[in-house]
Amino acid sequence: MAAIEMKNIVKKYGDGFPAVNDVSIDVADGEFMILVGPSGCGKSTLLRMIVGLEDITSGDMIIGGNRVNDLAPRDRNLSMVFQNYALYPHLTVYENIAFPLRLAKMSNKEIDEKVRDASKTLDLDEHLQRKPGNLSGGQRQRVAMGRAIVREAKAFLFDEPLSNLDAKLRGQMRTEIARLQKRLGITTVYVTHDQTEAMTLGDRVAVMKRGVLQQLASPRELYEQPVNLFVAGFIGSPPMNFLPATVEGDQVTLPFGTFSIPSAKAEKTAGKGLLMAGIRPEHFEDVSVIQSGNVDTSRTFRAHIDVREWLGDQQYAYVPYEAEAEVQAQLKELAREADSDSLRTQLVVSLDSDSKVTEDDDATLFIDTDKMHLFDPSTGENLTVGL
Amino acid sequence: MQTDVKSKIGTALGVAVILAWCLLPVVWIISLSFKSQAAVTNGSPGFFPSDGGGAGWQNYKDVLHNGQFKHAIVNSIGISLIATLLSVIIATLAAYAIARLEFKGKKFVLTTALVIAMFPVVSLVGPLFDMWRTFHLYDTWLGLIIPYMSFTLPLAIWTLSAFFREIPWEMEQAAQVDGATAWQAFRKVIVPLAAPGVFTAAILTFFFAWNDFVFGISLTSTERARPIPAALSFFVGQDPFNRPASLLAAGAVVATVPIVVLVLFFQRKIVAGLTAGAVKG
Repeated sequence: MAAIEMKNIVKKYGDGFPAVNDVSIDVADGEFMILVGPSGCGKSTLLRMIVGLEDITSGDMIIGGNRVNDLAPRDRNLSMVFQNYALYPHLTVYENIAFPLRLAKMSNKEIDEKVRDASKTLDLDEHLQRKPGNLSGGQRQRVAMGRAIVREAKAFLFDEPLSNLDAKLRGQMRTEIARLQKRLGITTVYVTHDQTEAMTLGDRVAVMKRGVLQQLASPRELYEQPVNLFVAGFIGSPPMNFLPATVEGDQVTLPFGTFSIPSAKAEKTAGKGLLMAGIRPEHFEDVSVIQSGNVDTSRTFRAHIDVREWLGDQQYAYVPYEAEAEVQAQLKELAREADSDSLRTQLVVSLDSDSKVTEDDDATLFIDTDKMHLFDPSTGENLTVGL
Repeated sequence: MQTDVKSKIGTALGVAVILAWCLLPVVWIISLSFKSQAAVTNGSPGFFPSDGGGAGWQNYKDVLHNGQFKHAIVNSIGISLIATLLSVIIATLAAYAIARLEFKGKKFVLTTALVIAMFPVVSLVGPLFDMWRTFHLYDTWLGLIIPYMSFTLPLAIWTLSAFFREIPWEMEQAAQVDGATAWQAFRKVIVPLAAPGVFTAAILTFFFAWNDFVFGISLTSTERARPIPAALSFFVGQDPFNRPASLLAAGAVVATVPIVVLVLFFQRKIVAGLTAGAVKG
């Protein structure tokens, strides 16, 4: 077990393109760190630099107090679970798990003990003599984990370990990984593009975009206090709504009307011209389901509901709106960066499941401007972070 | 229904024609090897030996007791095995480098290998004959092993590098993370996975060495190194104008048996899809 410190890590490929650019992350001993970002953001490259499969162009990689930049993977004593598992097809499950121990020249008795122990933990006992080719996806995944936990590595590294599993199994394995990590208390770095995994598993989450670290924070902080437009749009599903906004005094003007905002937020943003307002879907509500005394009428507006999706515990309603070309272009760019695509400018609101709003009809909605963030559209920076 | 029967008959007919085409010479040689010398000289057109014309196992006994032939068998087995072993080892290492490493002149190595494979063997016999005599390699095992290796290596390298390319990089990286050196990863993970390729290359090499006649006859002069195909051509018996056809036939059968056994043995090893289950696919 050891802490992993990354100091100003840079990875440049032959063409000079920086796949990872000046990333510094400290992973504390025993911490579960998530690297998340859209494809091509450099998260896997960073992980492979930790384990030693990629050379580090510049910066320091320090594991357990030792600089390991020039050490071969086998000398770093880390264990890794690959996206496609990389099991050895010519060996049985038993021998797959025993492989690192045999390389370490342990005695047969010791190996047997450790392999049985790992297989018990992962419920693989009945499969020990089978070959990986005959196993299901979930079982292969567990064998790969077994190979990782069987030796006392300084840290576990996971490279999108669940992306090849179907949705149901993914949920189960996610819980399993969390439980295992808590029990073993071992430093873990986990790469994923799935934000559910990122939010549920990590003690802290590092969000990356195009090789640059955007924000390193706890899942809650990422969700509630995103530092920029990218993080705000990437974390959360359905994603945060972005609307063009202007602030005058303590009033914010959105495409749906003008609302009051807390003075602390107003002070930071007033008179800055066109801003980007970010409001999460759950910060809207259908006025008709709120007890009448609790409605702040200055924060309600009429909206035309286009489509409604009822999910049982909640429902999503879609409210299209017209935006200027400039704003539209920026929203498109944001969506593209986050690996999604927005076809139209629309507001997604999450309503109480009791709400009786109907499709293609008008409804009165409440907007919680206390929770609204305001971003500088040119830099993407969150002007109201921490407020 | 009717087309079903028709197609079945057609298939059977086709198979029969192809089998006859391929196996008739082999079967005829076997038939010949059981006839007595006298019967062959007098003309014995039937497939089975005529009355009194059968020789039983006598021809085989004669062949196996013939000193010349015994030497030839030893030479052939020794030379072919050594050439195969060396060729496969070198080809495995070379193919791995070609499949995995980026280095200058990689294309050059591959094209050169291909050019060598296309080079007419006969054109090299003259120069080799002169060189081997100077180097004292003439009429030695090594004198045959070297040309066999150089002509089989290209094919072996091409076959094996194709196999290595199929093996996912992650296999090796996983091994390295698990604590293996590059050599251990190669030996414990890559080679076992490429085993079908290795056996294919081995068989091709062995065939070439075993069946070669040109080098065998021109780079040897005595029993020291002469392999079976060459030895059979020297098998003249007492009367040079009346070659012992049935004895030669028995010799040819004896020479074919090891190849057949080898193929049957290795056939089980050449199992495609060994990598199934290595990665999600």
